[in-house]
Amino acid sequence: MAYSDKVVDHYNNPRNVGSFGKDTPGVGTGLVGAPECGDVMKLQIKVNLETGVIEDARFKTFGCGSAIASSSLATEWLKGKTIDEAAKIKNTDIVNELKLPPVKIHCSVLAEDAIKAALADYKDKQASVTTGAASK
Amino acid sequence: MGLKFPIFMDAQSTTACDPRVVEAMLPYFTEKFGHPASRNHPFGWEAEGAVDAARGKIAALIGARDPKELVFTSGGTEAINLALKGVAEMYKEKGTHLVTTVIEQRASMDTFKRLERQGVSVTYVPVQADGLVDVEEIRKAITDKTILISVMFANNEIGTIQDIPAIARIAKEKGIIFHTDATQAVGKIPIDVEAMGIDLLSCTAHLLYGPKGVGALYVRRKGPRVRIAPMIDGGGHERGMRSGTLPVPLIVGFGKAAEIAKADMAAEGARLAKLRDRLQDLILSSVEEAFLNGRPDRRLPHNLNISFAYVEGESVLMGLNKETALSSGSACTSSTLEPSYVIAALGASAELAHSSIRFSLHRFTTAEEVEYVGQRTIEVIKRLREMSPLYELAKEGVDIKAIKWKAE
Repeated sequence: MAYSDKVVDHYNNPRNVGSFGKDTPGVGTGLVGAPECGDVMKLQIKVNLETGVIEDARFKTFGCGSAIASSSLATEWLKGKTIDEAAKIKNTDIVNELKLPPVKIHCSVLAEDAIKAALADYKDKQASVTTGAASK
Repeated sequence: MGLKFPIFMDAQSTTACDPRVVEAMLPYFTEKFGHPASRNHPFGWEAEGAVDAARGKIAALIGARDPKELVFTSGGTEAINLALKGVAEMYKEKGTHLVTTVIEQRASMDTFKRLERQGVSVTYVPVQADGLVDVEEIRKAITDKTILISVMFANNEIGTIQDIPAIARIAKEKGIIFHTDATQAVGKIPIDVEAMGIDLLSCTAHLLYGPKGVGALYVRRKGPRVRIAPMIDGGGHERGMRSGTLPVPLIVGFGKAAEIAKADMAAEGARLAKLRDRLQDLILSSVEEAFLNGRPDRRLPHNLNISFAYVEGESVLMGLNKETALSSGSACTSSTLEPSYVIAALGASAELAHSSIRFSLHRFTTAEEVEYVGQRTIEVIKRLREMSPLYELAKEGVDIKAIKWKAE
């Protein structure tokens, strides 16, 4: 199968590879997929606690080139978005941008799942911080 | 000598025609174009003579007593289909049970699946962690309804060579027909259907530097005389087992390829094994948690299969595919989205089944190519591991198997 130029570009020059400390304030972490399925994505966001804007994002992916490209693209798109805006990123946007063939659509679905998991983790952490502060 | 790109190291998928093969074929496209079944003029006689000569060379390569025992087909897939379906149909009054292994190639597996839908029962015998089937497990799978045992000679992914003579002896003991899919082995390692007790053998030209589009099924004529029902009806060519005008140029090429393979097998096998061992040492000494698949001492000389923990196979190929052609048993390289069932059958974790890379060397592989491919593979694995969340977790001391993954 031939890859689209954009997939090749993200594979060769992945954006935002790396990790944030999980417990750093404002960081949300999503870890989705399964090794036995051949795809695992870890996606992290770092939210500015004052503005609610995602300032930075990181990923690490075990998976095929399309999975790597999908998560790399997701980190690019997340930067500068608010939490609510980020929640609106759809897997079909990723499919269209990377021109993924039908057999690779699951890669984009996993990237969307990773975004949602990272957002949920961020919100959970904020909620526990808030309730923690309130009970003091 | 400088390297020429892309480097081909995927010779268990196909091989280039040897130039000597092409040269032998060429006249049979133009001036020697006769139909071998035209019995009444020189064009036919010439074509028939060429086919007979090629048949003799292929028979010699596999130790067949009589060249007439070879039935030409369109390739390995058709030969396997003809063997399995032909026996199931011909002997259905005698029994409806077949015995095979879990690591056969798709041509066999899909044929078995179809036969099962038609009421035939099939036992798939597992293999050991080294890829070798326990011969006693074959014996245990046999019932009084078993009419055929089919075991591949050497595996297409891991190159493991089965104990074919021992399995054939069991078949003979029980009066069961024995077929071997030898598509990966013919021309690469010594095969003797007489000495080994093989009743049916499938092979193909394009894996031994011959042309694509031609293969053969060896059908034993004596001790026992094996009969198969044809799949293609027509002019009764190939003793009625496979009708259709013979592709004379392809057959001539197959014959030439067989002749060269027989003459060069020992030297070529030794050369390729040395290069393969060098590639294996280079990679395994530089990359931690890289696992050799298949039994090292019973392996095709040109095969190397390694699983690299924490990286997915297709992403490895993508890092190399501009300059090097390799193959992976991983999900995404095929349309099936399944990991390699061969690697999985070895008892490896599913993750490692997604991470296997096959290097297959060939007649034209050079030592420089081996060094280059080895070094590049090491670089790509290191780069992908830096990107791998599994590698990161493992480095942190997290047990990946203990994590509750949400499988899709």
